[in-house]
Amino acid sequence: MTVMEQRGAYRPTPPPAWQPRTDPAPLLPDAAPYRVLGTEAAAHADPELLRRLYAELVRGRRYNAQATALTKQGRLAVYPSTTGQEACEVAAALVLQEQDWLFPSYRDTLAAVARGLDPVQALTLLRGDWHTGYDPREHRIAPLCTPLATQLPHAVGLAHAARLKGDDVVALAMVGDGGTSEGDFHEALNFAAVWQAPVVFLVQNNGFAISVPLAKQTAAPSLAHKAVGYGMPGRLVDGNDAVAVHEVLADAVRHAREGGGPTLVEAITYRIEAHTNADDATRYRVDTEVEAWRAHDPIALLEHELTERGLIDEDGIKAARDAADTMAAELRAHMNQDPVLDPMDLFADVYADPTPQLREQEAQLRAELAAEQEGGH
Amino acid sequence: MTTVALKPATMAQALTRALRDAMAADPTVHVMGEDVGTLGGVFRVTDGLAKEFGEDRCTDTPLAEAGILGTAVGMAMYGLRPVVEMQFDAFAYPAFEQLISHVSRMRNRTRGAMPLPITIRVPYGGGIGGVEHHSDSSEAYYMATPGLHVVTPATVADSYGLLRAAIASDDPVVFLEPKRLYWSKDTWNPDEPSPVEPIGRAVVRRPGSSATLITYGPSLPVCLEAAEAARSEGWDLEVVDLRSLVPFDDETVCASVRRTGRALVVHESGGYGGPGGEIAARVTERCFHHLEAPVLRVAGFDIPYPPPMLERHHLPGVDRILDAVGRLQWEAEN
Repeated sequence: MTVMEQRGAYRPTPPPAWQPRTDPAPLLPDAAPYRVLGTEAAAHADPELLRRLYAELVRGRRYNAQATALTKQGRLAVYPSTTGQEACEVAAALVLQEQDWLFPSYRDTLAAVARGLDPVQALTLLRGDWHTGYDPREHRIAPLCTPLATQLPHAVGLAHAARLKGDDVVALAMVGDGGTSEGDFHEALNFAAVWQAPVVFLVQNNGFAISVPLAKQTAAPSLAHKAVGYGMPGRLVDGNDAVAVHEVLADAVRHAREGGGPTLVEAITYRIEAHTNADDATRYRVDTEVEAWRAHDPIALLEHELTERGLIDEDGIKAARDAADTMAAELRAHMNQDPVLDPMDLFADVYADPTPQLREQEAQLRAELAAEQEGGH
Repeated sequence: MTTVALKPATMAQALTRALRDAMAADPTVHVMGEDVGTLGGVFRVTDGLAKEFGEDRCTDTPLAEAGILGTAVGMAMYGLRPVVEMQFDAFAYPAFEQLISHVSRMRNRTRGAMPLPITIRVPYGGGIGGVEHHSDSSEAYYMATPGLHVVTPATVADSYGLLRAAIASDDPVVFLEPKRLYWSKDTWNPDEPSPVEPIGRAVVRRPGSSATLITYGPSLPVCLEAAEAARSEGWDLEVVDLRSLVPFDDETVCASVRRTGRALVVHESGGYGGPGGEIAARVTERCFHHLEAPVLRVAGFDIPYPPPMLERHHLPGVDRILDAVGRLQWEAEN
């Protein structure tokens, strides 16, 4: 019967009741990035934490300088620097417990080093002697991930699996501003929120995806605002304020650990160096912008606070720098040795057992190597 | 001695049984995908699993294939053994980046430290009257990716045995289910399921002496029918069911071709860049002096999968196979 036919009987009916699935207001990020250093809140920061962060930042800066130098000496194929972003790298590592997992992007070797990984192992991928230089399960650091944002769903799946097993494990996944445009970013955040997985997503918004500025990447009010669409809280933090980043990430990790589900943290920072040693940043940005960020340097910010409060003196600063120099000297010494390579390793771990086809190819390479050696004598 | 009554069962039922037995035997086996929980999957292959094992073990995921496979990677990193369902062949493409950049190479890039025991079930192939994007033969893409095993059953018994083997494998397996055979029946005793077949072994389904039809998955019944029809022409055709495209069983295939001296590869996938080219090359390289004729391919055309009302013209059928058999240079023998 049409409405015309049932005239008199039909009453316009409202749709079945609708309400938002969750209240969006508490999920919204603050109006401005959260800061501690340079504000009154700094006075309440734990002195031990400040000293620890400072030592790690100084070490991180030295690590960046050393790795960049190694590219110039031909000892690293490529190095994407985190100079200026050390606060994010270091805080991401320090907020995690032993059993937690870190999911770094290709730029985040410093976070892996700050978590305790040997810098030589962290740089294996970039030296080019193998793809992953460490056992991910031993260190609970996923392989450095080059395809952007593709490691984010891994973090969600791992955290979900741990929760299903009843284990106390949080996964912290790192991505850049460019990576937030990838589909995997969207799918990872959506799965994490639906499953209430214990994951923290840290976006380091360093201003550029190689050469492309954020304005060409997104029209969102901020990257942290994207969290609201997934039903998870978004937090904005000054990414050069190590104390603030540490506090925001520690809160998010605690929230995840207590069963509160995922959080998206956007840290506002700046990539002081070019994308890698192979990039020319003068083609897409001006020096005055770089200088403005150099003035908001994470190490200077923290050193100022420590000095003002009398928590560090010249000897303390020297000790931090000496420790960093020692690390750099060891790294240099290791990287100046040629890695020992066995071409037969190419076939070792393609499958648990090589296929008959790979066995044939393995034999072929072995014969080629033997011929090479014979020719050499 | 008791006699076991063999009952007819469908391939879909045998697959369900394999999933159920794997989940019962190993608590780390988790099934995940779109509609696999409450509904039991659009082909009902996961029917009853959520009810029996709970939704944490058989999970309806958000509708996002890259997310499904990407989270499965993380679950496998933590020691679980995910069995992922891609709803249809052409819906699996969004997951390609995860498959190629991570699933296939995680063992290799971590020097064996982190293998990923993930089974990716993909209903594939045509012949069910499906509309666009529901009938692709995507096996060549998977075969071209090192680090994956690519397996496809063609019989009820194999679907059980190969799926158990795939789930038990410590390597990722792309498990291609010929969807038009889901409802094919065979006598099969679910109380004494067939043993778990090792992955990588082809099998001679029909012995013959005139020529070898090399095939797999949905084309096996077509080849068997063609072999029966060929008898009236005086040809006694051998039919080899590959079962596994990676690894490839050169031994069984080449032993057959050396016996018969002639070979045809039959599949639904397009011929250009399809599995048949690789197989023909392998056979030629290994059996050249035994061959009486070039190895021919009987394949789908090199076109996007056609609309359902035209698909019968695309799929290799008995006539196309017999026509190709006729071109295997028999005159030389007379």
